[in-house]
Amino acid sequence: MQLPYQDSPVLQLIFGRLSPAALPLHEPILVATFVAVAIGGIAMLAAVTRYQLWGYLWREWITTIDHKRIGIMYMILGIVMLLRGFADAIMMRLQQAIAFGGSEGYLNAHHYDQIFTAHGVIMIFFVAMPLVTGLMNYIVPLQIGARDVAFPFLNNFSFWMTTAGAVLVMFSLFVGEFARTGWLAYPPLSGIQYSPDVGVDYYIWALQIAGVGTLLSGVNLLATIIKMRAPGMTLMKMPVFTWTSLCTNVLIVAAFPVLTAVLVLLSLDRYVGTNFFTNDFGGNPMMYVNLIWIWGHPEVYILILPLFGVFSEVTSTFCGKKLFGYSSMVYATVVITILSYIVWLHHFFTMGSGASVNSFFGITTMIISIPTGAKIFNWLFTMYRGRIRFELPMMWTVAFMLTFVIGGMTGVLLAVPPADFVLHNSLFLIAHFHNVIIGGVLFGLFAGINYWFPKAFGYKLDVFWGKVSFWFWVVGFWVAFMPLYVLGLMGVTRRMRYFEDPSLQIWFQIAALGAFLIAIGIGAMLIQFYVSFRKRHELRDTTGDPWDGRTLEWATSSPPPAYNFAFTPIIHDGDAWWDMKQRGYQRPLSGFKAILMPRNTGAGFILAALSTVFGFAMVWYIWWLAALSFVGIVGYAIYHTFNYDRDYHLPREEVIRAEEERTQLLAAAARS
Amino acid sequence: MKNLLRTLAVLPLFAALSACDMVVLNPTGDVAAQQRDLLVMSTYLMLLIIVPVMALTVLFAWRYRHNNREARYEPDWHHSMRLELVIWSAPLLIIICLGALTWLGTHLLDPYRPLDRLGPDKEVPAETRALQVNVVALDWKWLFIYPQYGVATVNELAVPVNQPVTFKITASSVMNAFYIPDMAGMIYAMPGMETRLNGVLNQAGVSEGFSANYSGAGFSGMRFKVRGVNDTEFKRWIATARTGEQSLTRDVYLQLAKPSEREPVRYFSNVDSQLYSSILGMCVEPGKMCMHDMMAIDDRGGLGLGGVYNVARIEDDRPRAVFGSDASHVIGMCTAPVVQTFEDDLLPQVDRAPLRGAGLPRPVSNTSRSLVADAIDPSSLQ
Amino acid sequence: MGHALTAEQAAARTLFHVVDEHDHEAGGSTLLGFWIYLMSDCLIFAVLFACYGVLGGNYAAGPGPKDLFDLSLVAVNTSMLLLSSITYGFAMLASYRKQVAATQFWLAVTGLFGAAFLGIELYEFAHMIHVGATPQRSAFLSAFFTLVGTHGLHVTFGIVWLITLMVQIGKQGLNKANARRLACLSLFWHFLDVIWIGVFTFVYLMGMLR
Repeated sequence: MQLPYQDSPVLQLIFGRLSPAALPLHEPILVATFVAVAIGGIAMLAAVTRYQLWGYLWREWITTIDHKRIGIMYMILGIVMLLRGFADAIMMRLQQAIAFGGSEGYLNAHHYDQIFTAHGVIMIFFVAMPLVTGLMNYIVPLQIGARDVAFPFLNNFSFWMTTAGAVLVMFSLFVGEFARTGWLAYPPLSGIQYSPDVGVDYYIWALQIAGVGTLLSGVNLLATIIKMRAPGMTLMKMPVFTWTSLCTNVLIVAAFPVLTAVLVLLSLDRYVGTNFFTNDFGGNPMMYVNLIWIWGHPEVYILILPLFGVFSEVTSTFCGKKLFGYSSMVYATVVITILSYIVWLHHFFTMGSGASVNSFFGITTMIISIPTGAKIFNWLFTMYRGRIRFELPMMWTVAFMLTFVIGGMTGVLLAVPPADFVLHNSLFLIAHFHNVIIGGVLFGLFAGINYWFPKAFGYKLDVFWGKVSFWFWVVGFWVAFMPLYVLGLMGVTRRMRYFEDPSLQIWFQIAALGAFLIAIGIGAMLIQFYVSFRKRHELRDTTGDPWDGRTLEWATSSPPPAYNFAFTPIIHDGDAWWDMKQRGYQRPLSGFKAILMPRNTGAGFILAALSTVFGFAMVWYIWWLAALSFVGIVGYAIYHTFNYDRDYHLPREEVIRAEEERTQLLAAAARS
Repeated sequence: MKNLLRTLAVLPLFAALSACDMVVLNPTGDVAAQQRDLLVMSTYLMLLIIVPVMALTVLFAWRYRHNNREARYEPDWHHSMRLELVIWSAPLLIIICLGALTWLGTHLLDPYRPLDRLGPDKEVPAETRALQVNVVALDWKWLFIYPQYGVATVNELAVPVNQPVTFKITASSVMNAFYIPDMAGMIYAMPGMETRLNGVLNQAGVSEGFSANYSGAGFSGMRFKVRGVNDTEFKRWIATARTGEQSLTRDVYLQLAKPSEREPVRYFSNVDSQLYSSILGMCVEPGKMCMHDMMAIDDRGGLGLGGVYNVARIEDDRPRAVFGSDASHVIGMCTAPVVQTFEDDLLPQVDRAPLRGAGLPRPVSNTSRSLVADAIDPSSLQ
Repeated sequence: MGHALTAEQAAARTLFHVVDEHDHEAGGSTLLGFWIYLMSDCLIFAVLFACYGVLGGNYAAGPGPKDLFDLSLVAVNTSMLLLSSITYGFAMLASYRKQVAATQFWLAVTGLFGAAFLGIELYEFAHMIHVGATPQRSAFLSAFFTLVGTHGLHVTFGIVWLITLMVQIGKQGLNKANARRLACLSLFWHFLDVIWIGVFTFVYLMGMLR
């Protein structure tokens, strides 16, 4: 097989292996997508230019170091990528619903194999991760009474690196191709011999660049939670969401370096011809499988833990009760954090380990269900003798509890090695992890978005469209994934492109129907955002505390001022804001001071842009560009360190003006 | 008693899903059936806690809704030692049971362990020899070598019913998983490595096997027919295979190993007796050093500095790393070839002594064996 | 009093916010943050060590450690790095005394030792590649070059940082920010020392014993 090099050495030097052939002009689906994206993109750029928003965007958003705006940008990134990842899902469901009886469906192997790989990569790295990180970024500093994160510039840089990874993945759609290996790219299949094209290289560089962002944001939030809690907030008085964020960031810091290292080794195999995971010369592909899951399993908990925190906050708020069993909730979180490191082998019981090794990892996996079960009970008994307001966040929480326990049960089933022998890699497994990721992570995110949206934007989300979205999502989820459980028990494997047994088809058609219901749910969610924006005056939250909340983020205005709190709060109780309300806390109206704030900077954006170029150049073997952009990254980073002027004082008058505005709002709210 | 319990346990699931062919819940092979039993038992153990939780969730959500002013409201009640003990110990108890079940089940159903039973209350007769099949996952088809009969097939597997089968499994290029849902659980097929699987089919009939681990473009078509046949039919089938036109030499294998999709069934009348061990050693190509030789040399500290020259360029256009050296392989030395006789492959028989704790007497008879007592002495495990 | 306080009275007694607040200076968490980063870096090395542990015996019928390693050269190399750690300590002491020139001098000495270490390492690599023991030859060599090379890359990065910091100290003096950066680089530099001791023991010494 010939690599797609150009013939001319000069062209090769300039363009590497990039040639017009890299554009997928022979794929009508991709061409149509490209046209749509291009038209949409041009329209958006035109609109931004027309309304002269470039300056505003650059000054207020792109260069911002405000954790709240960065949090919002993370959420937008996650939702945009959700649309892409979901488009992949719909295509897969369609393909599997029609590829029967000798029909190969409408996707060839080359295209279909990219789709399921991209779906997994995008949903985990560029949907779930940004949404979770965004939520933590926005809420954690507010919950601990801090003015920003520990390293505000780093925060901006992390966000743009994550975006750079997403941009590379999107590039692969229109220039070249994405990996055709499955989302974890097991060698030898992902090695240069069996995947000589650019797909795996896009995969590697997208994850490496985004991984830098994730790791640094983990370090950042960890330092923030350890060092910047308001006076009086001891560890056991931290809100549960902050606790779960702490544990998640511990996991990020302790797991992502493993991913970085293992991808470095894979890229060395692919670029330099080393023999880590090759078949020959003493390489060992099983090493890769172990290492990637040593990252991969904690990753699952990185995603779910913060949402456990969200459910805790939501349940307690909407039941009008203190959370039941706060300390056992905390201990359960910590136990899960630790245990998540000693279960990775359950992802490959079928790789030939001995029975004792398999049962050890099976049993450690089951043990995780004990603290998880305790958590479920804690939420349950928070509801007990509460006064439950079924607002949208609480609806998502109840849906989560009913859905997640089923996912948990099938998870424990898969942890029994002999059961895993018959269910591994089957659609049962697919149904299981979608059951926990959609039923846990996504439902939690939607609960969190509906819960904290008024805090971030100053108005609540529309309830009607929220309910439409809720019901389509929940019903759609069950319709889409219960058939997959059944298919798994019928011995159907994942990643299949066509089927021979016609009796399976009805189940795939039901699943496809479920996917379309979910599509309506997503659509309704977008409409919900739009309608709420239109009705923002009606839905306005003037109090800063629309849900009668319990934690500190509700003590400040909605949206909070850039400095979060004019005075750093002092904490006396776990439910700090509830405690303040109970004890008749009066908001201070005088004594304001100028506040030292970090200055915006474009450095993070520029470094990330250079990294995107570097990644692209490495993918296409354009060495001069790779070298140039690498020197650019290092040079610009050094240049940036020569800037010592990174803070400024927000003038006292500004603070007084903002606080006065809030006083009047509160007074108006009290009158009406 | 045990059977009754099992039937009771499986019934509702079957009732719900009787409409479709759930091979995982209704396999014909004994090993797969035991795996199914474990699956079902675990499910019921967990339902013990899942069902009450779901019921309570709905109940509490209804009972304590905001506008039900009759329900008690205790906004400050947030701790109860007794309740917390229960919520930690209830899952713990279930996991203890499940853990015990897992430990035993995993050892009993270890795919490497030769079978000691053909079905419930049906021991393997002492004189029975397992049928051995060497399985090679190729891009994208399956090669089955029957060393005891000297024949090989592509994409078709026939096994006599009620006779234990031992699979030795490897692959030519990338990872696959060998899976026959009717017979036993799956196990990965990996290049340069051998995994094993023991199973048995208890009913005559045709079922399906396939790769359960994505392996590239032709993966979806990597399926084969599994024929469970009685002894006479099996002999007839072997005779048919012997009429195959080709014999499976190294050259024929190298042709066969090239990527292809949806290969029709093929029979090879004769098989190079060292072919499988060469495939496993990744040294079918002439002149290439086998893995086992390489590992033996490495154990002795390698071949020294001179060893760097002991490589040969591979003269084909296979893709290589852009900054790597040319595609090459280590040159084989004149070491003694591994002659595989079929007797070498006879695996040790299983110690049928029941699992016992220190100081506990052995049960007298084998008739009342439960799943637990079916376990064997751990020392004989792989 | 003996009576329960009303909510207002309680609030009047309990402070709910910091009244006399000072600026929250940036950088208060830098050392902690850098520590956390170093621990994550440590995990990268842990993976590389693990790879070496698993693949280190796979010579692919090629040369092994005994054929390739020159312990006396590695000993010299090790001493370069250890000495550089000591001289970095002198730089830190000088910086505590606010002596800019002395700090820069000791930093320069540290950098030279680091460069010497790198030079010897590159010589060793070049020699191995020259005799044909390239990273492509066996999994052992892949793991060796990657582990030792990654450490070398870290040292290179440390030297770039060190030079930058020397310039910055020259321009801005030993202000708060620079003192903080000096402390971070100190952590980094000693961290690399610790890793190297692991490399020296685990790769070179144990390799010769293997």
